[in-house]
Amino acid sequence: MTDQPIKAEPAGPGGTPPAGTGLSPRQRQQISRAVQYVVLVAAAVAAVLFVDWASLAQNFAKAEVAEQALPELFTIALKNTLIYSVGGFFFAFLFGLILALMRLSPVRPYRWLAIAYIEIFRGLPALLIFLMILFLPLALPGFEVPGDLYGQGILGLTIVGAAYMAETLRAGLQAVPKGQMEAARSLGMSYGRSMTTIIIPQAVRIVIPPTTNQFVSLLKDSSLVLFLGVSGEYVELTKFGNDLASTHANATPILVVGVTYLLVTIPLGYLATRLEKRQGKGR
Amino acid sequence: MTPVSHAVEIRDLHKHFGKLEVLRGIDFTVEPGQVVCVIGPSGSGKSTLLRCVNLLEQPTAGKVFVEGVELTHRDVDLDAARRRVGMVFQQFNLFPHMTVLENVTIAQRRVLKRGKAEAERIARDNLDRVGLSEKAASYPAQLSGGQQQRVAIARALAMNPSLMLFDEPTSALDPELVGDVLTVMRKLAEEGMTMLVVTHEMAFAREVADRVVFMDGGVIVEDGPPAQVIGSPQHERTKSFLRRVLDPTHTDV
Ligand SMILES: Nc1ncnc2c1ncn2[C@@H]1O[C@H](COP(=O)(O)OP(=O)(O)O)[C@@H](O)[C@H]1O
Ligand SMILES: [Mg+2]
Repeated sequence: MTDQPIKAEPAGPGGTPPAGTGLSPRQRQQISRAVQYVVLVAAAVAAVLFVDWASLAQNFAKAEVAEQALPELFTIALKNTLIYSVGGFFFAFLFGLILALMRLSPVRPYRWLAIAYIEIFRGLPALLIFLMILFLPLALPGFEVPGDLYGQGILGLTIVGAAYMAETLRAGLQAVPKGQMEAARSLGMSYGRSMTTIIIPQAVRIVIPPTTNQFVSLLKDSSLVLFLGVSGEYVELTKFGNDLASTHANATPILVVGVTYLLVTIPLGYLATRLEKRQGKGR
Repeated sequence: MTPVSHAVEIRDLHKHFGKLEVLRGIDFTVEPGQVVCVIGPSGSGKSTLLRCVNLLEQPTAGKVFVEGVELTHRDVDLDAARRRVGMVFQQFNLFPHMTVLENVTIAQRRVLKRGKAEAERIARDNLDRVGLSEKAASYPAQLSGGQQQRVAIARALAMNPSLMLFDEPTSALDPELVGDVLTVMRKLAEEGMTMLVVTHEMAFAREVADRVVFMDGGVIVEDGPPAQVIGSPQHERTKSFLRRVLDPTHTDV
């Protein structure tokens, strides 16, 4: 339902109602509102009448099953989700910063390499990256990602996150006014010194809101470690919920896990918006 | 190397931006302790000339010497050379993520490797010089434009430069704040600092400068004492520029 502003037809200066309808724009807007409320009420009535609430509650909100999840939901699953996503974020940020600096380098091959990486890994589904990591030992016999399954999960998220992070950081670096670098250089600082003490700290401040959003999307992507075949102490929220749902043949754990994600992602999204607003004011 | 070292010596300087030739053969010198004001219409290349003196712009051709060191030489240590040349920008360019004190100490600590206590003492001395010692803990955004520009001057002075470059230091300021900055600059001139100042403040040029250089179209048109260049200009281009600057309401279009 859209509340399109009613297009005012070319009427005379006195606002004579256009021929045909005989309604003023205000009257037409009122009618459109009324129709929207009627549709909403109809949908609510249909939901009450046709959905089997008892069965839905049995399957999605069974208290006994939810209780089964309890200590491990936080002590293992949420903890691991945070390990994967914080680890992935940390390395994606570092690698992304290197890529962003390469992207802005006067050395052309560096720029090409950075562009190639960014274009390739932004264009691939995250799941495909995780499958690639899964088959890595076949491609490179003897090669092993350090840190077991944690290492593999974090590697996957790093590969995916770095491409996005690089573009965000590049925009942040370019948003620092040119005069900052000139002032630093005129004080005798080298290019590298100017970057590390003057430009990068300002760029990081600029990109805090968008990177908060990127952390949220890495947190959601951490569910993909499911495909690495994690089990036992390595399971994160999605895998945990999936296993528990299969054991009990009941969907409640999925709902519980969903709420747990939201417990983290909604406050973070809120924080990002707040930071963005504050930055908008500061500049 | 020149045997007698001028503070600044520029020989046949050319600068192109792509096809556009912005500087078309500049020759001039500044002696130690001199104050030289550069005036001229917008786009005449004044900023570019100043930026060539500390190699923020790479000249296309010609030579730039500062205290006898050729900055245009391929193997020169530019960072070392720039330490001797302070620069003050039209837009101040203070570091917004640092306090006033940090702005004035950062390069001392990182470039000159001074200790924290020494750097802070020198910073406070220089903030005192520009009348802002009580603002040490503020952030740039909390200061007026005039105060920011004076901090920028203190930041440059804390490096003990032997030459100061000013690129229209008062052009971005509200009129009532211009005086504070010019007073600081005048005091600096009286203390014997070598200064190269791009400005539209004719009163300052007339009273403080030892020499005034008029630029137009990428060349120096006139160069002499203020009484001569501003008081009785020889060239038609200088005359018409001064008419426009000194009496802007009676400009013939
Ligand atoms: N980085 C640059 N790239 C291209 N053109 C430039 C650049 N900097 C300055 N210019 C041009 O050079 C000319 C002289 O500029 P400038 O030295 O800033 O003049 P002024 O300071 O006397 O107003 C102008 O036409 C300007 O557009
Ligand atoms: Mg200029």
